[in-house]
Parts: sequence; C-alpha cells; structure tokens
Amino acid sequence: MDQELKIELGKQGVVVTTIEELYNWGRRSSVWPMNFGLACCAIEMIATTMARYDLARFGAEVFRPSPRQADLMIISGTVTKKMAPQVVRLYNQMGEPRYVIAMGACAISGGPFKQGYNVLKGIDRYIPVDVHIPGCPPRPEALLEAFMLLQKKIDAQSLTGPDRPRHLNADAIGEFPVPEPGAHDLEPSSNQGVWPCPVVIR
Amino acid sequence: MALPGGDSVKAGNEGNKGIRQQEQILKTIEEIKAAIEAAVPGAGVEIINNPSPSAQHSLLLSPATALDVARFLRDDAELAFDLLSNVTGVDWPDKEIAEKIKVKRSVKKLVEGIEQEVDEEVEEVRKRIEPGYLESVYHLYSIAKGRGPLVLRMRTTNRTDKVELPSFTFLWRSAEFQEREIFDLYGIVYTGHPDLRRLLMWEGFKDHPMRKDYVEPDDFEYEPTAHDEVLKRAEAHRQSLPTGQEGAAAV
Repeated sequence: MDQELKIELGKQGVVVTTIEELYNWGRRSSVWPMNFGLACCAIEMIATTMARYDLARFGAEVFRPSPRQADLMIISGTVTKKMAPQVVRLYNQMGEPRYVIAMGACAISGGPFKQGYNVLKGIDRYIPVDVHIPGCPPRPEALLEAFMLLQKKIDAQSLTGPDRPRHLNADAIGEFPVPEPGAHDLEPSSNQGVWPCPVVIR
Repeated sequence: MALPGGDSVKAGNEGNKGIRQQEQILKTIEEIKAAIEAAVPGAGVEIINNPSPSAQHSLLLSPATALDVARFLRDDAELAFDLLSNVTGVDWPDKEIAEKIKVKRSVKKLVEGIEQEVDEEVEEVRKRIEPGYLESVYHLYSIAKGRGPLVLRMRTTNRTDKVELPSFTFLWRSAEFQEREIFDLYGIVYTGHPDLRRLLMWEGFKDHPMRKDYVEPDDFEYEPTAHDEVLKRAEAHRQSLPTGQEGAAAV
C-alpha cells in the first residue's frame, strides 16, 4: 500500500494495515530469548537485560528457561565440542518460529580458542544463524543492535511466497541432525545443508 | 630448596627474631629427602635440581613407594604437608641424542714412503633414542607450618602401554579432578583412583590432546585468516580434496 496514502488516512483517523504487518509486528515485539548462557558473553547478555540497557524496551525481557517457550536462542559464548550436540538438541526442541543470534567471536568462529582441540569453529556449522555479532565480548549495545537487526528481519518476512519463514513452509526442515561425539572429532564435523563451506576470495 | 616458614618463635627479642626463625624452620630439600629415607626404607627418592634462579628443586618419587612417601609427608608432625594445591602432567617425547664418540681405527697410511698401519682417533656421531615418558607433578603446601611448595614428580615407564602411576586421591581429595584431567589430556592411568573418567573430553574420545604428538582432526576447510601452521594445514586440506572441489575450499 502506498505509504503517503496510509499517512493521509491516518490523519483522518483511519488505520490501515495488512495482516502481514500486524502479524510480524506482533512477532517482533515479543521475541522471548532462551535462558541460556555458555561463557563470558553471557555476562554481557545479562547486563543487556538489566536496567541500564533494558532489553525489555524491545519486548524481549522474558527469558524462558524452557526451549519450548522460547523464540530466540542467543549463543552467548564459546561452544565446546562437548557442548555442541546439546546446543543443537536445544535448538531442535524450540518451536517455530525460532531465531538464533551468535554472540561473540567464539560463537561465530571459535574466536581466540579456534585452534583448540575442544572448541567448535562456529555454531553456524550446525544450526542456521540469523545475526552474527563480532566482539570479545560484544558490548550490550552490540547485542541491542543485533536484536534490532533481527526485528528488521522479522518485519521484512512475507508470509507467502518462496522466501516465507520456515514455520509457514511445510517443506522446510524442522529438525537439524545432532552431531555425534566420535573417536577424534564430532561426526559430522559440520552440517553441509546449513553451512556450505564459504569460498574465500583473495 | 629453602622452604620459607611461619613457625612462631616465642623467645627472643625483636632484633634477632628473624634470624632465629630462619634457623629453626629452614628445611632444605636435602633434609626432606633424608627424613623420607629415614622413615620409608628403600624409598628411592631422587632430587631433581632446577638450575634457574627460582631454584625450585623437586623430588622424584619411584611409583612403587610413592604412596608411603606421600603419606609420610602428609602425616609427619614436622613436615605436615596438608595441602595439595596443584597436580599437572608433562609429556616428555622420545628424544634422539647425537653423541660424538672418539673411536680408534687402524688406517693404512704412507709414512715416510712406506705403507704402515697406524692407529688413528676418528670422531664418530652415534645416535641413540632416549625413550620418553609421562610425568605427573604435584605441588604440596603445609598450611600448618606455612611452608611450600614442595614439588614431587613421578614418571611412567614409557608413553604407550606402561602408563600407570599411583593415585594420591585418598591422601588429598583435591587430587581427584586434577588426576582425572591428566588422565584425559595426557593418558596417565592413576591406579586406585575412585572415579577415573575423562573430565573435559567426552567418553569415547580416543586421543590425549595435550601430548606432543597429538594431531588435531583435519577441519581446516574454511580458514579466512590463516597464517603459519594453520596456513600449512589449510593448504594440506585443500590438496587432499578430490579434484574439482579445491575451489570450494579455497584458502
């Protein structure tokens, strides 16, 4: 709908909207994160929810202790190879629509521990990540920025068509394979469906 | 090793208190060794000197008598090492040692026009392999006497199959998790440990990541900022891919 016409109608006391807008507005204004922290980034995440940064302004103050009630998973910290299967399993247990923010250098790539024997080189190898935040740890402002970015993404999702969100697409994969702890490494070492190995251009 | 102490000295004025205190409680590592040998017959304790300025010498225990020695160090009223603050592992891989040895050989030589057999000293380089071992290092303190650390070491026979050492968990409970960690990362098997499972890695993991010869799994498919060792591994990973797929994992 034409934006100017909408404003004009608004001046006349007529509110015009679409189901899509209303639906997405409702979704983005009540994204409940999961109560779940992995390392020092979790401290920044906790700070973000407290009075000074106040994540409640965005409708996301309700941290749910159960994955069944959560919409957003904030991977806040180092994902060890021992923890990765549990993280994927928790993600599988979340109901759609669900989103993931990978917070901090470790969660997006392994960070300072990247070459360590026990650290996963980024959680995006197993589950789809919507927003990556670099930083070690990222400041609460960065998490707020990522959160606003996620809200923009939710707002822009159309409910029909090929790019509709996963929960409205019956063919979309709902469950992601949980890696098995093997003799030398996690098996498989990445989910190629989620993470096709990126090409580095030099 | 001088073990600074906190034995209180009741007599004496302020002036020479410090000196007297030192005289009374200075227990060198030699003294501790002598005390052990008097209490535990056939203890087989060796002193390993530390040539660095810290001069933190340590005692090498033989695994057969280590438990008796440790119990003595804990229970003796004079020593009273009641706190085990740290347990760690060290991996000593097989060492190749090249030695120059002078060998006498008889060589035919022309001496003054006549061919003669002459003995000659020749330097020869001989290589031998010194077998490696795993080492477990304990740091003991005495809270009662205000002393420490006393460093104990124990060595396994080799790095492959004879890797058992006695556990100190029943003497100091603080050893429990640290010995599990060493079992996990170095592969030392502590006999008598109540709950010897891997601590940091998962059950079913086969390697010991802190050993010098540990090879990490080949997951170098995506290394956007590779350099040095990582760059080599990433290149090697790219070479190992079947032809036609190298582009997908460009480094």
